[in-house]
Amino acid sequence: MTKPLVAIRSVSKSFGEFQALKNVSLDIRPGEVMCLIGASGSGKTTLLRCINQLAAIDSGGIWLDGELLGVREQGGRLHRLSEREIGRQRLKTGMVFQRFNLFPHKTALENITEGPLQVQGRKSDEVRAEAIELLRRVGLSAKADSYPAQLSGGQQQRVAIARALAMKPMLMLFDEPTSALDPELVGEVLAVMKELARSGMSMMVVTHELGFAREVADRVVYMDQGAIIEQGRASDVLGAPREERTRAFLSAVI
Amino acid sequence: MKTAPALAEGFPDLSGMRIAREPHWFRWLSAALIVLVLALIVRAFAAGQIEWSYVSRFLTAKVILEGIVNTMVMAVLAMALGIFLGVVIAIMRLSPNPVLKTVAAGYTWLFRGTPLILQLLLWFNLALVFPTIGIPGLWSARAVDVMTPFLAALLGLGINQGAYTSEVMRAGMLSVDIGQYEAAQAIGMGRLRALRRIVLPQAMRVVIPPLGNEFIGMVKATSLASVIQYPELLHNAENIYYANSRVIELLIVAGLWYLLVVSVLTPLQMLLERRFARGTLRLAR
Repeated sequence: MTKPLVAIRSVSKSFGEFQALKNVSLDIRPGEVMCLIGASGSGKTTLLRCINQLAAIDSGGIWLDGELLGVREQGGRLHRLSEREIGRQRLKTGMVFQRFNLFPHKTALENITEGPLQVQGRKSDEVRAEAIELLRRVGLSAKADSYPAQLSGGQQQRVAIARALAMKPMLMLFDEPTSALDPELVGEVLAVMKELARSGMSMMVVTHELGFAREVADRVVYMDQGAIIEQGRASDVLGAPREERTRAFLSAVI
Repeated sequence: MKTAPALAEGFPDLSGMRIAREPHWFRWLSAALIVLVLALIVRAFAAGQIEWSYVSRFLTAKVILEGIVNTMVMAVLAMALGIFLGVVIAIMRLSPNPVLKTVAAGYTWLFRGTPLILQLLLWFNLALVFPTIGIPGLWSARAVDVMTPFLAALLGLGINQGAYTSEVMRAGMLSVDIGQYEAAQAIGMGRLRALRRIVLPQAMRVVIPPLGNEFIGMVKATSLASVIQYPELLHNAENIYYANSRVIELLIVAGLWYLLVVSVLTPLQMLLERRFARGTLRLAR
C-alpha cells in the first residue's frame, strides 16, 4: 500500500464543553478525492481546519507528507511549533472557504499573487504569468483586474480556488465551497473542482452536493457527532449505506 | 400558453403623474428667523468694544504666522507619534501574549485617565524629578536642556494621542472579518504580515473618519502647549495681547486661523478616504 499523504490518528478536539472530534483516524492517499458528508456540527469542517491548522487539535496526531503537524516530539514530550514553522507547513495545503474570504482591497490577480510574492518571495513576472494561467484555468481571464465586490459569488469562489492553487499545494481542502452560492452559480464552481480532480490533485471536500460526491469522489466519508460512521466508495456509501445513521442522514438530505 | 387574466376595474392609471413639490412654509420661516438672529449677533459684535482694525492688522502678523506654522508642525508630528503608538498598542492589545496585552491596557488606562494639560506639565517639569537624564556611562545631560517646550509638547500630546488612537485602531481591526485572518493564514502568512498586508489596509477605511476627527482635535489641543511656553498660535496671540491689551481682537485672530485650518483639513480627509476605499462597492466602476 502506498504511503498516505495525510495520516490522521486518534484526533480529538473540543470547543469548551462541545466535543467536535472524537478519536478520529483516517488516511488520505495521494491523488485521492475524498468527500466528507454529514449534518452540521458533525465535525467534518473541524477536521479540515485541523489539517490546515486553523484549529489546533487537543490530542492525537496528524501527519502530512510524513511530517507531524503543529508539534515536534522531543524527549517524550510534544512541543508546539513556532508560528513560522506552522506557516511553512500550511503551504502544503490550499484552503477554499465557504464564504470565499477573498481580500476585498485587492484585485482578482493580486489576490492570487499575494501569497507567492509575499510569503514565498518568488519573482514577480513569473508569479504573474502563473496567476494569469490560473485565472484562465478557472475561466476568469477577463476578470484579472476586477475587485471581489465586482464579481459574482461563483466567480469569487473560482478566484479563491486559483488563489489556493497558486501556492502549489499537495492537498486542496474545500470547506463547503458551494454552500454560500446562489443555486445557479453552484455548477460553475463544481466544474472547476471536477477539472481539478481529473488533473490528479489530492482533495478533501466537505460538501452537501451528493451529486458531485457520487460523480467525482474516490471515497465518501460520513461523519456524525465528531466520529466517522461509515466510509467507502461513493456508490456504496451513498447507494447502499450499511449504517442506520447514514441511511437516516441520506434520506433526510435527498 | 394562456393569455394573462383580465385586471380588476377601479384602479386608475397613475403613470405619467408626478409627485408634487410641497411648499415647506415652516422651513422658510425658520431659515428667516435664523438669519435674523445671526444678523443681530453680527450687529452686536460690530457695535461692541472690538477694534476690528486690530483684527485685520494682526491676522497676518509675523508672530501669528509663526504660531500657525508651529501649531501645524506640532499637530502633524504629535499625530504621527500618536498613530504609530496607537497601531503598536492596538496590535499588542489583540495579541495572544498576556504580557503585551496587560502592558497595552495599562498604557491606555494611564494616559487616557489623566488630563492632557497635567501630562504636559509633568513632561515639562521632568527636570524636577530627574535633574540629569541619559544612559549610564555613555551619555548624560541636564534634563532642563533636553526637555524643551517642543519636546515636552510632542511627548505629552503624542503619547496621550496614542492612548486614544489605539482604541480607534483596535476598533478598525476588529471590524475586519475573521475570515480575512484565516485566508491570510491559509496562504502561509504569519500574524504580523497578515496584519500589515491584509487587515490594516482594510481597517484604514473604517478608522480614517475617526482619525480625521482626532487630528482636528489635535490641532486645537496644541493650544494647551501654550502653558509650557511652546510658541504655537494661541501662545503667540497671548504674548501680543499681554503687550497691547487687545485681548478679544487677538483671540478672534487665533479663532479665525483655527477655523481656517480645520476647514482645509476636511476635504483632505475625503481624499484619504477615497484612497483607502479601493475595492468597495461604492467606488466600483
